[in-house]
Amino acid sequence: MELNELSLKLSQYETEGASFESFFINNVGQDVLQVIVDGNDELPIFVTRTEEQILCICYLFSEQEITAQKQAELNDTLLRLNVPMPLSAFAKIDNKYAIFGALSTNSTLEQLGHEIVTLSANSIDALDAISDYLTE
Amino acid sequence: MSILKKLFTAVKGGVNEVGEGIVDANAIRIFEQEIRDAQAALNEAKRSLTEVMAKEIQTSRAIKSLDEEIGKHETYAAQALDKDEETLALEIAGKIAEFEQEKSEQQQVLNTFSANVSKLKEQIKQAEKTIVENQRQLSMVKTTESVQKATMAVNDTMASGDSAMTSAKQSLERIKQRQMDRQDQLDAAQQLADESNDKSLNDKMRAAGIGEEAAKGADVLARIRAKQNK
Repeated sequence: MELNELSLKLSQYETEGASFESFFINNVGQDVLQVIVDGNDELPIFVTRTEEQILCICYLFSEQEITAQKQAELNDTLLRLNVPMPLSAFAKIDNKYAIFGALSTNSTLEQLGHEIVTLSANSIDALDAISDYLTE
Repeated sequence: MSILKKLFTAVKGGVNEVGEGIVDANAIRIFEQEIRDAQAALNEAKRSLTEVMAKEIQTSRAIKSLDEEIGKHETYAAQALDKDEETLALEIAGKIAEFEQEKSEQQQVLNTFSANVSKLKEQIKQAEKTIVENQRQLSMVKTTESVQKATMAVNDTMASGDSAMTSAKQSLERIKQRQMDRQDQLDAAQQLADESNDKSLNDKMRAAGIGEEAAKGADVLARIRAKQNK
């Protein structure tokens, strides 16, 4: 599914009790869909598409927000949480920690919706779980 | 060096700058060209394989018909010997020798074809493996590239919004607050619905004269009189 198609469909779609708002961004020649689940615009999901996969990324926090001396411990914790966390995995992009999921480009709206809702819930849960490692 | 290893080295070396290409676009184009060339070579090899396999079948068929000829002529030779036609038998035997000579030549050709077939099959398998592997690596490069581009686009968006200013902890607080508000709203709506259910039930009960009766003026007056009389 193309991103603009996904954007249109998401706006009329509700799944698992969640609603979506999405914005199409193309600033640098790369299409990005910014999806907000249930009005949580603090943790938007960014959806991009390559030839092979659809990537859904949610930025969690920047490196600077980690409590001093605790980064190694946090990294270890995140690696351990990776497997039990459904459908998503932790990652680092530049100096930002993120959580992401990758799907086949053949995925249906239902599959994408499920991925996005799960990613959104995971990102909130993850922040909650690791907030002890973060500064204000 | 595999792309993943290159990426690993680049990431370790601190290629953090957004937009700093880990693998330049030119390298990607060259890589794509290599894959296309390999694909063309593979198609060529597959075409050769079909040709060689067709020739292999033809040669096997020729050998089979030679075998039949040899069998047939051996019967003829036996028949000639039975009839004491020694010269004829010898002539037939000469023919058989010719067939056998031809057969052994064809057999050699067949062996070459068979060897070619297995060699081509091996080459095709190898080429297919290489192409799949290259495509996987290319997709890794392209993904890295598109993630970088996406990051740039996202950074642009975030820089113009509030989210750049907000820490993750504050974000989390806001989200939790919103979730709580929503829950409160749901609870309130539920309460309201329950109350209106109760009310309509009470109305019905009152109409039917069940439950608490509304105090009537006469009753109130009676109560006041009772107090005065004390």
